[in-house]
Amino acid sequence: MGSSHHEPTFTEKYIFPLDHKNIGLQYLLTAMFMACVGGFLAYVFRMKLAWADAPVPLVGDVDGGLYNSMVTMHGTVMIFWVAMPTLIAAFGNFLIPLMIGADDMAFPRLNRLSYQIFLLSAIILIASFFVPGGSASGAWTFYPPLNSSKIVDGVVEMHNGGVYWGGNLWILAVALEFASFLLGGINFMTTTLNLRTKGMGLFQMPMSLWMINIASLVFALSVGPLVAGAIMMLSDRMVGTGFFNPELGGDPVLFQHLFWFFGHPEVYVVLLPALGFFADIIPVFARKPFFGYRIVVYFTLFLGALSFIVWAHHQFQAGIDPRMANYFTITTIIISIPFGVMLFALILSLYGGSIRFTVPMLWAISGVAEFLVGGITGIHLGTSASDIYFHDNYFVVAHFHYTLFPATFFGAFAAITFWFPKWFGRHLNEGLGKLHWMLTVVFFNGIFIPLFITGLNGQHRRIYDYKAWDEMNTPAQHNLNVIATICLLGLLATQLVFLLNFFRSWASGPKATANPYNATTLEWAAASPPPHGNFDKVLTVYRGPHEYSVPGAKEDFSPQWIQ
Amino acid sequence: MSALTNDMRTATGVITRSNTGIPSSRLAMWFLLGGEVLIFGGLLVSYMMGRLAHPEWAEEAHHTATTIGFINAIILLTSDLFVVMAHADAQRKDGASAAKNIMITVALGLAFLVIKGFEYSHEISAGLTIHKSVFWAYYYLITGIHGSHIVVGIIALTLVARTAKRGEQLQRVETAGIYWHFVDMVWLIVFPLLYIAK
Repeated sequence: MGSSHHEPTFTEKYIFPLDHKNIGLQYLLTAMFMACVGGFLAYVFRMKLAWADAPVPLVGDVDGGLYNSMVTMHGTVMIFWVAMPTLIAAFGNFLIPLMIGADDMAFPRLNRLSYQIFLLSAIILIASFFVPGGSASGAWTFYPPLNSSKIVDGVVEMHNGGVYWGGNLWILAVALEFASFLLGGINFMTTTLNLRTKGMGLFQMPMSLWMINIASLVFALSVGPLVAGAIMMLSDRMVGTGFFNPELGGDPVLFQHLFWFFGHPEVYVVLLPALGFFADIIPVFARKPFFGYRIVVYFTLFLGALSFIVWAHHQFQAGIDPRMANYFTITTIIISIPFGVMLFALILSLYGGSIRFTVPMLWAISGVAEFLVGGITGIHLGTSASDIYFHDNYFVVAHFHYTLFPATFFGAFAAITFWFPKWFGRHLNEGLGKLHWMLTVVFFNGIFIPLFITGLNGQHRRIYDYKAWDEMNTPAQHNLNVIATICLLGLLATQLVFLLNFFRSWASGPKATANPYNATTLEWAAASPPPHGNFDKVLTVYRGPHEYSVPGAKEDFSPQWIQ
Repeated sequence: MSALTNDMRTATGVITRSNTGIPSSRLAMWFLLGGEVLIFGGLLVSYMMGRLAHPEWAEEAHHTATTIGFINAIILLTSDLFVVMAHADAQRKDGASAAKNIMITVALGLAFLVIKGFEYSHEISAGLTIHKSVFWAYYYLITGIHGSHIVVGIIALTLVARTAKRGEQLQRVETAGIYWHFVDMVWLIVFPLLYIAK
């Protein structure tokens, strides 16, 4: 109960918190910092691609090694240190206890430990930029032989000029990050299963909780083989074994299997929470229930199961058996069914509603639309025949940015702008929010539509300077690259608007009431911001999460906690 | 499908619940072991695929010490008996007896590690090192990761025995016991794969 908790001191609140909301805040702020790092890395290699001869401002000359290191670390940082901590850890921590009517997580100290391991992993990753040879540079997938080494008479020889210490620290950082999210996910699932308040059945939960928990389960069950693969890789590099070295009787493709058995489910680990946020935000601003709640839950479970048997569509060009490629093409194309169901459910939730274009609603609707582009272009890549052409060119880059950017950033901005009043007790500035939304949508498409075209024309994603390939480097192709880079600069500058809005509103935005949107889920029953212990009484849940415009009800929203 | 509620208040005033009827610590342990299954699963399936692709590994497997592996399997299975007895003690609220049975388990775990250590040193001095071939790399990695789980289990059980001796936190006996059973189960899969399949 709120009254029986003592209010934490500054250290207890911000340095070593046990409260789920403050741990969530730690994750959010760390991820925002890492997003700035990841954005800066993108700036370095995009500048090189647009103006290969000029030194990059703030960095200087970018050679092939530095370029590879920037690309590798951009992918690593954005997936593991931005998307996952924001979507799952920050909002999972903040929302789960509030949405189920609990005081805190099932294991608050385990929760604090998860963050501390995560912070350590981030520090190790950043430190890897400064070791001899620089950071890892063999792409975020860390394939051998690019990333493996051989040890001759005790001396380490990297293949193809790879990076030794940077790579070792990369493995260590990623492994710690996995441990952190495994512990965090176990905490999330246990909390959701055990700590729901009276009347809160599984099918009374908001969609965000379903999605965060399915994502946590998929993560916990997919990460194991890559943990094994990472240990084997570290042993190859540091001890001199030959698990992935054909010279010694090993198999480099094995690592690809271990990586993508995790890597493909990981994509859905990032996507699902964002779709959950959209599914909880759209009903609030369309004032009608989410369409097909149970169907979407069932199809998401189906999607989670399916995500374990599609991984080799990342390896069509790795020399796998064509019969196996056929099988993985079929399972991959089946994935479009659950995603189709989810996207149609989100769109149909708008149909006939009284739509309000608030900032979170704009993020949610545009997120669904942008994600659709990513999904549809995925069909070309999931088919083994057409993938022969598209493999490793900029079409692939544009495709996965159209899936991961809407999930990570549209999802995070939708969630941050929607739950900001609850989290900080203050409102964001609506005008700055709309300006930030509009510019981000324009610049995001401005970056990646040109890359679809350069990819279709054959530009390969691993080449840092196209001067040696005249037929690829036509003025038209070059102009598209320049457009993409200029839009990236615009996109990065636009985020300053968000940071300004976020920190100014946190300090001095207009105060928010407990339920500013007339929403129905349990977090809006707590004060804004919720005190330590969250609720002032034990809540009972009487109905589902999206009861808007119920015929015969006095108001157009029927909160879950009011009989 | 409305959830059950059996709200309990802890000493600090926090509400704990158990909607599933499974205590949170046990539930979390099951999730952890679900993840562990996939870690060992990844390792063992990689090994099995390699073994199928390399018939010559059978020659290497010929040198693993089946008798020692079998003795270790018996030791771990015996230790499981004492964990179960500790659990029964904990259910009777007999913390002192539970602690005693846990410490016997710990002793058997240590015996496993000592025997494994002798086995390693014997193999290394015979030239069967981690560098000899990928089979031996798998052998040392799989048994090493399993052994590190035994070490973690020994530490966890020792900590649990300390509180159980005072009659506190007796539910931990079962949670740690589940983990110990899992680690022993893994050996029962590792043993035939590395020692019996010659």
